[in-house]
Amino acid sequence: MRKFRIVALAALAPLYAQNIVIQNATIMTVTKGTLQGSVAIQNGKIAEVGEKVMMPQNSTVIDAGGQYVIPGIIDCHSHIAVDGSVNEGSVSVSSMVNIKDVINPEDISIYRALAGGVTTANILHGSANPIGGQTIVLKMRWGQDAQGMIFEGALPGIKFALGENPKRPGNPPGGRGATPTVPARYPATRMGVEDTIREALNQAKAYKAEWDDYAAKLARGEHPLPPRKDLKLEPLKEVLEGKRYVHAHCYREDEILMLLRVADDYGFKIRTLQHVLEGYKVAQEIAASGTGASTFSDWWAFKIEAYDAIPYNAALMQKKGIVVSLNSDDDELMRHLNTEAAKAMKYGGLSETDALAMVTINPAKQLGIDGRVGSIEAGKDADLVIYDKNPLSDYAKVQKVLIDGRVYFDRDNDVKGRPAKVLEKQKLLDKEKQSQPKSAGGRGPVQ
Amino acid sequence: MKLLGVLIGCAVAAGAASNNSVLIRGADVYPVTSEPVKAASILVLDGKIAEIGLKVAAPKGVRVVDGKGLRVYPGMIDSGTELGLSEIELIRETVDTGELGEFMPQLRALASVNPDSEHFAVVRIAGITAVMTLPAGSGGEGGGRGRARQYISGQAALIHTFGWTWEDMAVSGPAAMYVQFPSLAAAGGRGGPVPENIAELAGETGSRTLTEMLRTYQQEVTKLSDFFEEARRYQKAKAANLPGFVRDLKYEAMLPVLDGKLPVAIAAATPRLIHDAIQFAEKQNVKIVIMQPRELGSAAAELKAKNIPVILGRVLALPRGQDDPYDQAFTLPAEAYKAGIKFAFGTFENQFVRNLPYQAATAVAFGLPQDEALKAITINPAQIWGAGDQLGSLEKDKSADLMVTTGDPLEIQTQVKHVFIRGQEIELSSRQTRLYDKYLNRQ
Repeated sequence: MRKFRIVALAALAPLYAQNIVIQNATIMTVTKGTLQGSVAIQNGKIAEVGEKVMMPQNSTVIDAGGQYVIPGIIDCHSHIAVDGSVNEGSVSVSSMVNIKDVINPEDISIYRALAGGVTTANILHGSANPIGGQTIVLKMRWGQDAQGMIFEGALPGIKFALGENPKRPGNPPGGRGATPTVPARYPATRMGVEDTIREALNQAKAYKAEWDDYAAKLARGEHPLPPRKDLKLEPLKEVLEGKRYVHAHCYREDEILMLLRVADDYGFKIRTLQHVLEGYKVAQEIAASGTGASTFSDWWAFKIEAYDAIPYNAALMQKKGIVVSLNSDDDELMRHLNTEAAKAMKYGGLSETDALAMVTINPAKQLGIDGRVGSIEAGKDADLVIYDKNPLSDYAKVQKVLIDGRVYFDRDNDVKGRPAKVLEKQKLLDKEKQSQPKSAGGRGPVQ
Repeated sequence: MKLLGVLIGCAVAAGAASNNSVLIRGADVYPVTSEPVKAASILVLDGKIAEIGLKVAAPKGVRVVDGKGLRVYPGMIDSGTELGLSEIELIRETVDTGELGEFMPQLRALASVNPDSEHFAVVRIAGITAVMTLPAGSGGEGGGRGRARQYISGQAALIHTFGWTWEDMAVSGPAAMYVQFPSLAAAGGRGGPVPENIAELAGETGSRTLTEMLRTYQQEVTKLSDFFEEARRYQKAKAANLPGFVRDLKYEAMLPVLDGKLPVAIAAATPRLIHDAIQFAEKQNVKIVIMQPRELGSAAAELKAKNIPVILGRVLALPRGQDDPYDQAFTLPAEAYKAGIKFAFGTFENQFVRNLPYQAATAVAFGLPQDEALKAITINPAQIWGAGDQLGSLEKDKSADLMVTTGDPLEIQTQVKHVFIRGQEIELSSRQTRLYDKYLNRQ
């Protein structure tokens, strides 16, 4: 049994980190142009990019002749790798809960995202609450444990949500006047959403003042009693201190502007507006506040607040000076964010580089990790995707994906390994069948 | 007043007559059913394709469009939509798919199509000139969301994406009877349906045992068969003109199906269900089209042998099971092609209809020849839905449904420069382009 386990683990583990040179490729660096040449990888980092590169000692060569290399794709809005539900819907402010506590490193969606070129994702709670839970940035290091997936050093975030979704628990099925089957939860309107956020920030401000006062007394050499730690207000205090990013789910222009003004009043910045489907209507205001926008390429009309969604949103916001990313919010869409980027070329006429930036360097900036990832530059993490064709074409397929210089996905190996997987599954099924008691009625309760 | 109406009617008709003739000159013409012709002209007269050739003279008064550097293709056809029937998915008041009732063949999707739905403008400026609009929701849910299961949802319609009324939009009468074949996968708890082989092994799926599940399934298949047989008896009674014969709208609606004139579009996801649906169709002696299979497997050869067409659902979809290959849905079209099955694509969600060609392109990336992908969104659906003589290719006397593009229509970056539906040029604007223009110029 133990032997079997070791074999299984070895099969799962990605190629051990080694020095690699990717040769003869079209390299789309995103920040430093596109060139024909090579990328040298040493100790998990990009060592050199150029027409010709120095070969690090003991390097393996990947010949990518006719192929394309781009930085690993970054999804600024995803719910994969979360064990169980993404909403703590019992309260309107659930800042005490944390995605970090419920990472499921065995979620198959991680591997599928990897196979679509995603190397990093911002994992958020759902949008049931005006203030949701704490978010975490993960690298798609398939095969590693929960701790190993965390993007070390990335600033944590918190989810806010505006509009229809946080209103929903305030409007239980049956409509007004009907006897509700579940009690209504405040808020039920956009007005109440604003108030809920302000009330929480107001508490957090008072809470922060207590701690500031405590710190001041300590500094003066006094011996005060520390304030009581409040797990709900702690992350909001971090927001006020600029130590935690706010990623806010929103759709309509009114609520977008509302949140920007609330943040102004409390003296912090919203890091990203998520979905932000009407962002194009208030692009000036978003740009002026220095807030990022992370949107869908072309979803629309699935609800009334998405009826004014336009596929030109990303390009228009970018033209007005906003740092824009394209996200998935969906296990399937996550697998082809490269072609979502291409839609910003079709709708709004962005250049190849500007479009690609929306799924690489821009989300990296929004998550504060652009010093590490998001472009192909010497010194950055070797998170790279190799495509057989130009990744802005929907005819392109991911061939290989590297994270920290390790190959975590290889299409050839995936395809080659399939017959063996089918056999293994059949063997397990046969074994299970044999182990069943012969008596009628099948086996007992499933363990 | 009446006179004024007549006068206005004449003016519109006259306008239309001069409006649906055009000569596109110097474009690369891709007829789909024959080899592309470079630098050719295509002449449209009175809404029909009159001539394609290297040198075509412009008849007097016919507008000329310069097609230099552009390509002409037939307009695309989506085989699975709720267009005109569903405006905003989450607002029931705007949704007219999913009526109540178990057997509802008399329902007509066509007569509930709202010609001014914003969705039509959005999809037609993307080059989609005709769609199948289905009486059941995209998830195949019948009887309204969350209500009892439905067997027959009603008559699906093949419509143009432009027209003044639903009558005007209709390509033909009803194009198919939409049937939801009973499903074994309806059970299954958290994590979705339990694959059949696992269910057999574990002896249970969700809260029901496999035995119970199979029993329900058989009962449902029998119930569906019973309805068809009742309809058959009705047909005989009607033909015999028996005394006391009473006209029944449900059975009446089934007559074209029983006569083999109207195909049954039958949703079946797995090889086993497809096999059972085929058996059912043979027993009932009706024509079928299989809708939205998620796997073909052993059913592929059967579909080919019996010449049964298939409408493939979204290519950009997740695999069915946890341990299925990540590209299972991407490779399904290539699998269908290799098996020799005739197929077309459907998007099955209104907001993604405009992405029809990109779904087809993904199938190309994963093994489907490009020309076959193009056929699956043009001539194949036209033929499958009984309009092969009117739509789906650029041929003389066919309806002038065409798009003029800057390149390969399957590529996302390609722009659609002109769209014609029955020869009439479509204004390339929608709610979305108008909002874009408005806010691009915001002060």
